[in-house]
Amino acid sequence: MSMPNQYEQVTADTFLRGLWEENPVFVMLLGMCPALAVTNSAINAISMGLATTFVLVMSSALISIFRNFIPKQVRIVAYIVIIATFVTIVDYLIQAISLDLYNALGAFIQLIVANCVILGRAESYASRQKLGATIVNSFGSGIGFTIALLSMGAVREILGAGALFGVGIMPVGFEPWVVMVLPPGGFFVLGCWLIIFAWNKKRKEQAQLDGAVAGGQA
Amino acid sequence: MEDSLFSIFMNAAVVSNFVLAMFLGICPFLGVSNKVDTSLNMGMATTFVMVVSSAAAYAINLILSDLGIEFLRLICYIAVIASSVQLVEMVVKKFSPALFQALGIFLPLITTNCAILGLTLFQTSREYDFIQSLVFALGAGAGFTLALLLMAGIREKLELAKTPDIAQGAAMTLMIGGVLSLAFMGFAGLA
Repeated sequence: MSMPNQYEQVTADTFLRGLWEENPVFVMLLGMCPALAVTNSAINAISMGLATTFVLVMSSALISIFRNFIPKQVRIVAYIVIIATFVTIVDYLIQAISLDLYNALGAFIQLIVANCVILGRAESYASRQKLGATIVNSFGSGIGFTIALLSMGAVREILGAGALFGVGIMPVGFEPWVVMVLPPGGFFVLGCWLIIFAWNKKRKEQAQLDGAVAGGQA
Repeated sequence: MEDSLFSIFMNAAVVSNFVLAMFLGICPFLGVSNKVDTSLNMGMATTFVMVVSSAAAYAINLILSDLGIEFLRLICYIAVIASSVQLVEMVVKKFSPALFQALGIFLPLITTNCAILGLTLFQTSREYDFIQSLVFALGAGAGFTLALLLMAGIREKLELAKTPDIAQGAAMTLMIGGVLSLAFMGFAGLA
């Protein structure tokens, strides 16, 4: 791209954008595979979110530092190699911290490499912005991703196992909806969240429209 | 446990279907599944990349284990996949420019299709031999194509149906995906 680089001032928005307006899962529909696959319990969802956040922040920072040295033609390969390096670190780290967690997340730790959230941030932000802004922005995206995963994991665990973080919270007579922790549950819960967000957005637009009509001016 | 080639194929294609049971390759599943013919081509391109990467990953794993540097596995695999995608891109561009146009951005994005990286990682962790790996790749590709085709068929019909407007787009596709996934659970225990 030949347009001059426009560096962004670091504001609260640099961080907050990733949480809500540009939430990777709910708004941009990126990184759907881990969002569906490892959210069958809240603890898995949180660990996956944090692992991804670590890789996202570290690789974005490195890419931002080297942004003027990486030739444009080979940039994707360069990004992927950088990302793969950090994923390898995380992979060994989780294996060392908790073997149970490692087995629960399975191949999805290594599959962080193919998570489009990270490559998307690298291409659209880290390769154009200064280090500080990049770290803040990618941290925001990572936290947004974690929140999205957690909000799916919590719903699936509560409905599918009657528990949250392994602690039973449903009344004794509750029959768990086993389907929620199985693959179809992932699709259904994410679909429901998207419908809720679309409904919320539509309601807000309607309210704005009504307000404009009542005020007599657009 | 000794797996027969047929059971490896069936297992990868339907029983634990890569898209509907293991959640690999969801991005193209949501993105390119709006037309039957595009999704068939996408499925075939992905299958081809899968088979090439699977063979290359098998060879690379031999070398890496021989040298004792398995920690480089991930980096090597992703590099192999990126190059085979490049190869497919050149072939498609040369032989069918129309298809090249239709697939658009999704062709280079095969690189970040986790189904392919997942496939190479699974074949390594399950210690398949060369032939088993190829059959596994073919099965996975067939399963991916099948899921894409089913979804595209349903979505083409759905265009004529009246859906609530808050549920249009990705939400609807996910709901249908859930139902398909539920149906595929019926295959459990087949192979």
